[in-house]
Amino acid sequence: MIDFESVTVTYPDAPGPTIENVDLHVPEGELCLLAGRTGSGKSTLLKCVNGLVPHFTGGELTGRVTVAGRDTRLFPPRELADLVGYVGQDPVSGFVTDHVEDELAYSMESLGLANPVMRKRVEETIDLLGLADLRHRPLAQLSGGQQQRVAIGAALTAHPRVLVLDEPTSALDPGAAEEVLAALHRLVHDLGVTVLLAEHRLERVVQYADRVVLLPSGLAGAPGEVLAESEVAPPVVRLGAVLGWASRPVSIRDARRLARTTPVPPPGSHLPAPSGVRPAGFSTKDRPQDSSVAATPGDGASFPAGRSVRPAEPQAPLLTVTGAALRYRDTTALAGVDLTLARGERLAIMGRNGAGKSSLLWGIQGTGDLDAGTVTVDGEHPRALKAARRRKLAGLVPQQPTDLLYLETVAEECAQADLESGAAPGTCRTLLDRLAPGLPDALHPRDASEGQRLSLVLAIALTASPALLLLDEPTRGLDYPGKTALATLLADLSAQGHGIIVTTHDVEFVAEYATRVVVLADGEIVADGPTAEVVTASPVFAPQVSKILPGYLTVESVATALAQGSP
Amino acid sequence: MPGRLHPGAWWLWALALGTAASRTTNPWLLLLALAVAGYVVAARRSGEPWADSYKVFLRFGLVAIAFRLGFHALLGGYGGTHVVFTLPRIPLPDWAQGIRLGGPVTAEGLVASFYDGLRLAVLLGCIGAANALANPKRLLRILPAALYEVSVAVVVGLTVAPQLVASVKQVRRARALRGDTKRRARAILVPVVTDALDRALALAAAMDSRGYGRRGPAHRLTGALVLVGLLGACLGLYALLDGRSPVLVSGPILVLGLGLAVGGLVLGGRRVTRSRYRPDTWGWREYGVVLSGLLAIVGVYAFPTGLTPSVVPLAMPGLPALPALGVLCALAPAWLSPRSTR
Repeated sequence: MIDFESVTVTYPDAPGPTIENVDLHVPEGELCLLAGRTGSGKSTLLKCVNGLVPHFTGGELTGRVTVAGRDTRLFPPRELADLVGYVGQDPVSGFVTDHVEDELAYSMESLGLANPVMRKRVEETIDLLGLADLRHRPLAQLSGGQQQRVAIGAALTAHPRVLVLDEPTSALDPGAAEEVLAALHRLVHDLGVTVLLAEHRLERVVQYADRVVLLPSGLAGAPGEVLAESEVAPPVVRLGAVLGWASRPVSIRDARRLARTTPVPPPGSHLPAPSGVRPAGFSTKDRPQDSSVAATPGDGASFPAGRSVRPAEPQAPLLTVTGAALRYRDTTALAGVDLTLARGERLAIMGRNGAGKSSLLWGIQGTGDLDAGTVTVDGEHPRALKAARRRKLAGLVPQQPTDLLYLETVAEECAQADLESGAAPGTCRTLLDRLAPGLPDALHPRDASEGQRLSLVLAIALTASPALLLLDEPTRGLDYPGKTALATLLADLSAQGHGIIVTTHDVEFVAEYATRVVVLADGEIVADGPTAEVVTASPVFAPQVSKILPGYLTVESVATALAQGSP
Repeated sequence: MPGRLHPGAWWLWALALGTAASRTTNPWLLLLALAVAGYVVAARRSGEPWADSYKVFLRFGLVAIAFRLGFHALLGGYGGTHVVFTLPRIPLPDWAQGIRLGGPVTAEGLVASFYDGLRLAVLLGCIGAANALANPKRLLRILPAALYEVSVAVVVGLTVAPQLVASVKQVRRARALRGDTKRRARAILVPVVTDALDRALALAAAMDSRGYGRRGPAHRLTGALVLVGLLGACLGLYALLDGRSPVLVSGPILVLGLGLAVGGLVLGGRRVTRSRYRPDTWGWREYGVVLSGLLAIVGVYAFPTGLTPSVVPLAMPGLPALPALGVLCALAPAWLSPRSTR
């Protein structure tokens, strides 16, 4: 159905080709998953399928791309619209109309279909994707998962034989992601649509895939085998490698069967007990998470020791929030939130899209509004302070880090940050070198990768040396190595006494990073406790490893347990 | 589509109410028209982002009143004997005779210019009401097929504009995180503009992928025909209404212009292979809404007493009953039109 013959794409002014010599053959009715690190050319490859590369983006394409026999060299995207449905990374920026039903009909209007046909197909699509309750709603009022489903539906109404999706679940909470993936699964099985998708969150998607293609190598094959060779692999595949399974399962169900045959020491037994006897359960709040201990074998190994000194001295909490409330017109963002955070604690805030996570972070930092409630950071009220003083108490990295960047080079941004914080010249650059070594001074921030930009903004926030650090969905564009690096870095910072709060949808990242988890729903805290307790309480929030080996959260903790269990 | 009124009906209703308001400077009548528009908007607006535009246009209206008062104070223009305060007069050179800057400001002048400003504000309010009630994008859908590309350009502009506003707010908030609350243009503009460009590109890519512009763009000639034709029609109409140029000249211009425009539309419409999903239909509700607007015009035009209250000498204006009744008729859409589904 989709054929790539030694395809190489080079963008103008790029130092080298973005994808090189890719051969790919996707048969009809298959769900094919593209995996690879950030910047390995996943989006570019997807855009080749419907001709956006090179017709729309420019650049040079050598080789041949054909879809159902149509050569994209001869057919621009609009002439492939009846054959290929394309859903971009951000569904909202691709919406042309304001209403769900109009949006569903747009492609068909362009194709010039007759009105009775359009009516029928819109109804079909509404049933297929479960959009009946939303059909008359304005697009702007929908949640992220609903918007993504509408975007998929809008591509489907043209009855394409191929559906191309760029990170369809990255911005979604676990529940919404399941919704979208269930819809895709149905398309492949019931309608025989060929689906090609790229995704960072492999743990969500890989069990649905018939085949995985790894970039930049172009290696293709069965999911388990291909991912075993890869830097980016979901926890279940890495667990298979650690436990030395012969076959490489990608689904929890298969892995669980294999796990019964593999001896693994019971959880908790591998940890040296520094203060008395520790039960197998994860109930002590101030105990360092075993995963973070194992995740940082290098310099990170020093901080469990550092931490074990800390809990002895009773401290006033770094952050106290009481009764935080906020309403926007007719929606309640926060409905009386009480929260405390100690120094050295790493808190993750989870919850559905629109549960009030971002509002809470902005409210704590003091730049965002709160209708009621008090926030105390280090004995001061950030909302009563000037912006410049406020950021010395609490630094926030917003969801779109680029909003903070406006200068032409990394060096200028760093110098500006030093100036704004009244820090010694070079402070920001030194911090940046620790976070992302080797970022060139002359680089334009917009040309940096997602992870590098995050590091830059984090360095800018840290220049003011705030005691409290808040990060709003930092893992969005990060791949697995990027997320591990961030978890290690945050663990280091908390060991130095910073309190850290991260909002995220990413349960695997939470398992790696957090010591404590808070779940928000409709602006209220519905769960608050140590990571292991909260995330394993609900299957939606549970990381893969805990589903296979109850009691463990991360692959690294299993590896450590094995190493210590069989010396 | 059921559950929503034809956008053309809302625009005709709003324009009719505006036309009625433009005939009068009676503040009571004007405020009544504004209240009628506001009530209908509150009762029948949808949940779309555009639904808030009534408020925005009201703010524009306040600005218009302030400007009118300010200019009057500066430039004068009305007579009157009740001097409220006197501004220092700025001497002007001889060639600017007849223009004065500063000088005495009279109560009569202030009241008259307030009435004028209020009339402008009400007109703006009516346009805002139309925007809030009928999404401009939906109005563009009923344009002839040949004008499709023009309407797409307008749609993209209309989509990006509210996003720009949101983007500016977002960046300003983010700036505060860097401890820099000064409104430095560059710090705001760079992220906002790059963001807007990214979004526009993403939208264009999405439209292209979804088949926009298949079978080549409409012929350039049809576009030119339509534009020249419409221009000709406007000129002809203006000449005809102006009444000073002979009908022998203005008539043929109008006919020729209309002919060109219609020809271009028919020709262009043939080439475009688009279809329209559930086109808006025109039924009894639409007629009712338009009729209620027309009644407002009739009320004002048929009973012209008390429409322009006396300013010199100053007098308390009364509310003329029959025109007020006419304007009240325009309230009917609050019950006539279907409630929008949210």
